[in-house]
Amino acid sequence: MKRHGDVLVFAENNDGRIHPVSYELLGKGRELADSLGVDLNAVLLGWRMENEAFELIYRGADKVFLYDHPSLEEFDVIRYTQNIVKMVRETEPDIFLVGATRIGRTLAPRIAAALRTGLTADCVDLKLDEEGNLVQVRPAFSGNIMAQIVTKTRPQMATVRYKVMKMPERDTGREGEIIRMKVDVIEETGMRIIEKTHADEVEIAEADVIVSGGRGLKRPEDFSLLEELASLLGGVVGSSRPLVDAGWISKDHQVGFSGNTVKPRVYIACGISGSPQHLFGMRDSDIIIAVNKDPTAPIFNVSDYGVVGDLYEFIPLLIREVKRLIGGGKDEGEH
Amino acid sequence: MSSIDQLNIIVLLKQVPDIEKVKFDFKTGRLDRSSAEAVINPFDLNALEAAVEIKEKVGARITVISMGPKTAEASLRDAIARGADDAILLTDKRFAGADTLATSYTLACAIRKVGSYDLVICGEKTIDGDTAQVGPEVAEFLGVPHVAYVEEIREVKRDRILVKSKMGRNYYIIELKFPGLITVTKDVNTPRLPSLKDKIRSRKAEITVWNADSLLDLADERYFGATGSPTTVAKVYVPKAERRKGKIFRGDLERAAKEIAIVLREAHVIR
Repeated sequence: MKRHGDVLVFAENNDGRIHPVSYELLGKGRELADSLGVDLNAVLLGWRMENEAFELIYRGADKVFLYDHPSLEEFDVIRYTQNIVKMVRETEPDIFLVGATRIGRTLAPRIAAALRTGLTADCVDLKLDEEGNLVQVRPAFSGNIMAQIVTKTRPQMATVRYKVMKMPERDTGREGEIIRMKVDVIEETGMRIIEKTHADEVEIAEADVIVSGGRGLKRPEDFSLLEELASLLGGVVGSSRPLVDAGWISKDHQVGFSGNTVKPRVYIACGISGSPQHLFGMRDSDIIIAVNKDPTAPIFNVSDYGVVGDLYEFIPLLIREVKRLIGGGKDEGEH
Repeated sequence: MSSIDQLNIIVLLKQVPDIEKVKFDFKTGRLDRSSAEAVINPFDLNALEAAVEIKEKVGARITVISMGPKTAEASLRDAIARGADDAILLTDKRFAGADTLATSYTLACAIRKVGSYDLVICGEKTIDGDTAQVGPEVAEFLGVPHVAYVEEIREVKRDRILVKSKMGRNYYIIELKFPGLITVTKDVNTPRLPSLKDKIRSRKAEITVWNADSLLDLADERYFGATGSPTTVAKVYVPKAERRKGKIFRGDLERAAKEIAIVLREAHVIR
């Protein structure tokens, strides 16, 4: 068999913590590396990131290339690109995976252009063909079709959507090697951060419970009904695209192909018919509950529990029942 | 403003099928591009509007560049009606079949041929390709810094621009020195419609057309089009609609609420 290069994963540093999409990529990367009989490595840039580097080993990395330097504390695409490109040229990986976050999608194209290699955007699945080439699966045309892309150059680069790959178990018994890399320090990159403020928006992709509203909602204020249910369940409010486009709620709440992909324990779709573009973003949720007046709504095809009825009747009833259970009530409450 | 002070802005734009109207063949997985009229990629309208706003504030000469078939000339005329000064169409069979790398390389060569520029503005992504890769790849080929996902332009000076972008969990105000590149989101502005007068004027505007030979003093032909594209689509298919055997409640909503509340408790989301 042809000797393959290693599999490399970009470990995204968000304010000193590793973005969970990087762990998901280590899970998939481990599978690919084992099939090819090669090592799985990660590259991490930042400042004082050694503890986080160990986390990458616990999630499956064999080697971590660590670039630890004050100049790398904040993401700067020029500094990141230059250091990573040099390392990729030296280590010649076969496959290089990057999370399809804003940072990943800012960085990966620059690296690909510098290396003159192919890059496939926003993949939802990765596999190997018989020769060990990476088959990159990505949705096209609002998730209506899937395309399989192959790359003739090396490394085969792909950005991968968050929450589509399984999170690997954290195993603190795993062993690996942390390699401290010599950092190319670039003083002047043409960019300077003048101000940084924490965005206190919902992180819908992280939520365990999402209560989403669609066109069945009559008024923007009615999101408060969904809000009440969501907060009882420790969750957040989501939305289908039309309500975001109409300005009823901000884009951070949008679930679907052009919004967020989500995978909560429970997804409650209220007055959402279930367009392909919406289903694309939530169909992998553990439990899907839908309420819709229209019994033919496509959302019912992907639901574990479907309620044919008016959300304005059903959701208050559900809130009442949930409150009863929170109060320690029995399955059959008093009448 | 004198011409020395004037900024030179390049806007990259792509002609795409009108995604609201285009017909889609679920059997073959292809768009029937003849089924809908072609328009400027909506995100690129935001890029053009951003350039026009800068021009109105501090003075600028705006050059729009598009790569595509001869018919993409219509989109370039539209861009002129909306405030662009010059338009360049890159069209050649040798450019066809380009992936993002070959597209970016070709666009970067064209920008170099234009010569001096301060700022390149691109839309965040296109609605047909949806990769968001061309802007950053062009920046790398040009060797200039870039800020992606710009949602606000705070200030424009002669040699730099102040932009706001969200990355990770933070908003950043970033100062980008010229020459540089930004990609803009839909939040950056609301594109205006061209006036009838401007539309009529744009009909007579001259569109510069460049083919592969026009770029050869700066480019290597092997990096154009399908030959220069490392990625290929091996297969397209319609994903299987996966179904769940759901339990359906009709009529008795009280009972439905009781049962579903128990489901929620068993899922440990009621604490």
